[in-house]
Amino acid sequence: MSWGRVLRARHAVARPHWRDELPALVGEGAEAGGKLLAIGLRRSYGDSGLNPDGAVIDMSGLDRAVAFDPETRILRAEAGISLDALLAILVPRGFFLPVTPGTRFVTLGGAVANDVHGKNHHRAGTIGRWVRRLGLLRSDGTAVELGADDNTGLFAATIGGLGLTGLIAWVEIEAMPIASAMMEVETIPFASLDAFFPLAEESDGGFDYTVAWIDCLAAGGALGRGLFSRARHAATGPLAPRKQRRGSSLPFDLPGIALNQLTVSAFNELYYRNGRRKAGRTAMPYEPFFYPLDRIAGWNRMYGRRGLYQYQSVVPPDAAHDATTAMLRAISASGQGSFLAVLKTFGETPSPGMLSFPRSGTTLALDFANRGASTLALMERLDAIVREAGGRLYPAKDGRVPAAMFRAGYPNWQAFARHVDPGFSSSFWRRVSQ
Amino acid sequence: MKVIILGATSAIAEATARLYAGEGAELLLVARQPERLAAIAADLRLRGAARVETALRDLADDGDVAEAFVGFIAALGGIDHVLLAYGVLGDQKAAERDPATARASLRINFTTAAAWALVAAEALERQGHGSLVVLGSAAGDRGRRVNFVYGAAKAGLATLVEGVAHRFANSGPRAVIVKPGPVITPMTEGFANRKGLMWASPETVAAVVRRAADRGGPVVYAPWFWRWIMLAIRLLPTPIFNRLNI
Repeated sequence: MSWGRVLRARHAVARPHWRDELPALVGEGAEAGGKLLAIGLRRSYGDSGLNPDGAVIDMSGLDRAVAFDPETRILRAEAGISLDALLAILVPRGFFLPVTPGTRFVTLGGAVANDVHGKNHHRAGTIGRWVRRLGLLRSDGTAVELGADDNTGLFAATIGGLGLTGLIAWVEIEAMPIASAMMEVETIPFASLDAFFPLAEESDGGFDYTVAWIDCLAAGGALGRGLFSRARHAATGPLAPRKQRRGSSLPFDLPGIALNQLTVSAFNELYYRNGRRKAGRTAMPYEPFFYPLDRIAGWNRMYGRRGLYQYQSVVPPDAAHDATTAMLRAISASGQGSFLAVLKTFGETPSPGMLSFPRSGTTLALDFANRGASTLALMERLDAIVREAGGRLYPAKDGRVPAAMFRAGYPNWQAFARHVDPGFSSSFWRRVSQ
Repeated sequence: MKVIILGATSAIAEATARLYAGEGAELLLVARQPERLAAIAADLRLRGAARVETALRDLADDGDVAEAFVGFIAALGGIDHVLLAYGVLGDQKAAERDPATARASLRINFTTAAAWALVAAEALERQGHGSLVVLGSAAGDRGRRVNFVYGAAKAGLATLVEGVAHRFANSGPRAVIVKPGPVITPMTEGFANRKGLMWASPETVAAVVRRAADRGGPVVYAPWFWRWIMLAIRLLPTPIFNRLNI
């Protein structure tokens, strides 16, 4: 089952724990009728992590760190290790992940296969830029080591390659030095979308991390109001080991009715006012800054049994203002807003992967409770705006993008397809490539 | 803290070793597969262990057990905790048909494990402190048709460890048998549908194992509710028990 919980499928799953088990499993899985796909902690929202009627290798049992050299800053680990475990290793030693997405419960291999980005994209680019080497097992029985010096294209295809170029067995990434586990965070309310763009431009120069939450149900003059958050690693403070305590968890599905236009709108109003009241500078540990949702295990169940859709787009800088305005208008008019609407400006740094999602421009991430046809209709309206603006959608968060829209957004897709391992596939890939 | 882990490549042992590593412990890992042992050792060093030593040994070989254990202690420069975590589930049907298969299962899960537990107990008694934690199984609490050869070995091991705990009573060292219910590990790979409340993760069991080394016992279930489930199963009258397919 995907993290969005809309898409579910049965799989034949192998759960290896040791590197020596992988070659045989890749051989067997690739020969299965439905081909093979590696999965990790299953945080992909859509169908890029599903391979129904095929074989799946769950890599979360290969979760060991192999080596870390503080001089070269290179950390090598098995692909199934979580970013959470990597942080526990790095932070007390005065290092941090060069790039981190909004949850630490993803695997390193998954982070590379989706070429994830973070709030520091304008500085650091995607995680793929920090991958020094990786080990790939191909279904023809070969094991290849790849780095940025690879001139066959296989490395560029594997970064952001959605696990389709073979099994990523291990990864070496370059860590980033930090002086403290604390963050200096500044929150600035902005009253409308027009105020976001100058704020982002001004902040990207002086802050490592920038992101904005927006109230996507606000309409009229308040359209696109939100809270802009900018931060940097503190120059002083402890590198203390983190508290292991997990917050609460949501052990069951909330009824679908729990999230409706009234409750979400009320939540957004309160959240915005609270943020405005508490605006200003604060210091906080890195976890609540980077991973607010990780405190609620199983938060995806809040959306009820029918699950949720994530929708993350990026549009080029020239079109950013108009396209984002148009998207927010469409959402506001539909009343299907969510409280996890996030807006960020991506930097100019090119992404290293052929299928990497980030490109320069503005990215908008949204989630919608699955209400069937009306939700799909809204996303189709958004598709039209993104496509018109020359933008694209994020495969890790997608379970429905039409093949034509995918191909338009990723003009490299055919070059990528030449590197796809014939023994590997996924629902997503079959949907967009056939 | 100095900890010897016998059967370090078992999933529960590895999860427990990570807890010890997080505390900055010094570890000696014993197992028979060199690459796997090296992979775990490197990982534990990065996860905070002050020191990780390894010893290659097939623990099912119970020749010179006492000398070997002295060697383990010397390699680590002392011991505080000993975790005995190796075992094989085996094929119940094959064991019923073939005495050699049954004997091999009993030998690994009971005979050799008992030998290591006894030499560890000797060492702890001599130094007057420390904990011996042994992995048993809820399967040892009542013989059931699905796994009674394995269960018999674990029952024997539980009785042996209870006896060691009794021997230690009113003195410094401690001995604890930890009895997990079904755990999602390579040992149970192939079981249909390892989901739901009955199935625990190795991390859940590891937390119980780690705590057992400090307090509680001599019989600890993992998770705790297996104590009451197994009590109920033990108390079931035979005519009812015989009708259950458990």
